[in-house]
Amino acid sequence: MKPSSAFLRHLLPALLALLAAASARADGDRAARVPALPAYTQECGACHVAFPPGLLPAASWQRLMQNLPRHFGTDASLDAATTAPLAAWLAAHAGSGRRASVAPPEDRITRSAWFVREHDEVPAETWKRASIKSPSNCSACHAQAGQGDFDEHRIRIPR
Amino acid sequence: MNPVPPIRSLAALVTAGLVCMNAAFAATPAELAAGYAAQAGAPAQAARGQQLFTTSHGREWRCASCHGDTPVGTGKHASTGKAIEPLAPAANARRFTDPAKVEKWFRRNCNDVMGRECTPAEKADLIAWLSTLQP
Repeated sequence: MKPSSAFLRHLLPALLALLAAASARADGDRAARVPALPAYTQECGACHVAFPPGLLPAASWQRLMQNLPRHFGTDASLDAATTAPLAAWLAAHAGSGRRASVAPPEDRITRSAWFVREHDEVPAETWKRASIKSPSNCSACHAQAGQGDFDEHRIRIPR
Repeated sequence: MNPVPPIRSLAALVTAGLVCMNAAFAATPAELAAGYAAQAGAPAQAARGQQLFTTSHGREWRCASCHGDTPVGTGKHASTGKAIEPLAPAANARRFTDPAKVEKWFRRNCNDVMGRECTPAEKADLIAWLSTLQP
């Protein structure tokens, strides 16, 4: 067997797999750091963290934007002129990787398989603290969540 | 006599346009309350506004659930926990100055609190009461 064929059969696939993993991670970081559209921060960020668009697939964002008058129990209605550019921006920057391949139940970011997995070490009682209240309150622990920064070194879980 | 240089007349036109646009969008709380009272055909009553704001209308949330009973301080969204800037104009000069924004939030929040939109009389009462509050 020539050395070059051993390289092709064993080492090259391993290198390619490493590269793919590294680039997937970079994709994930980039997805969370799309520069926010000012109208998105203003309108959606008025009531909750301006969730990075990469955290949901396009199909989820589309359903949410079509259903704003009944938005998780509240009326978040917007006029059509405001909704259209927001919906287009969300569609353009929606999650595209493995994370976003399946729309989570009820189109809730917090019910995505990756979200549940990433937070599986957080005890149920912690979520119920008055300072946190809900898994959707990203900024309770990720202070820079509104800027798309979820770096685990900067997590501070409040008492 | 010198004709006005075209560049200067253009600048004047743009400035005038901007001033007009501004005038069309900016309002004061008193003007907005007066507009709603005129639509209602009756003067605003601050006491009714307070009653509407602080009492329950048979649903999960009252206005005060998020804004606080005396909204001169920072409120807190009852579901997401997000901070809400003070609602009383004396505590927050930006409140009730943008008619479109005012209409948007009356529509959403009256719907959440009462299951319907507020009437012009109710909007006039609410702004009248909020305008009496001092931080």
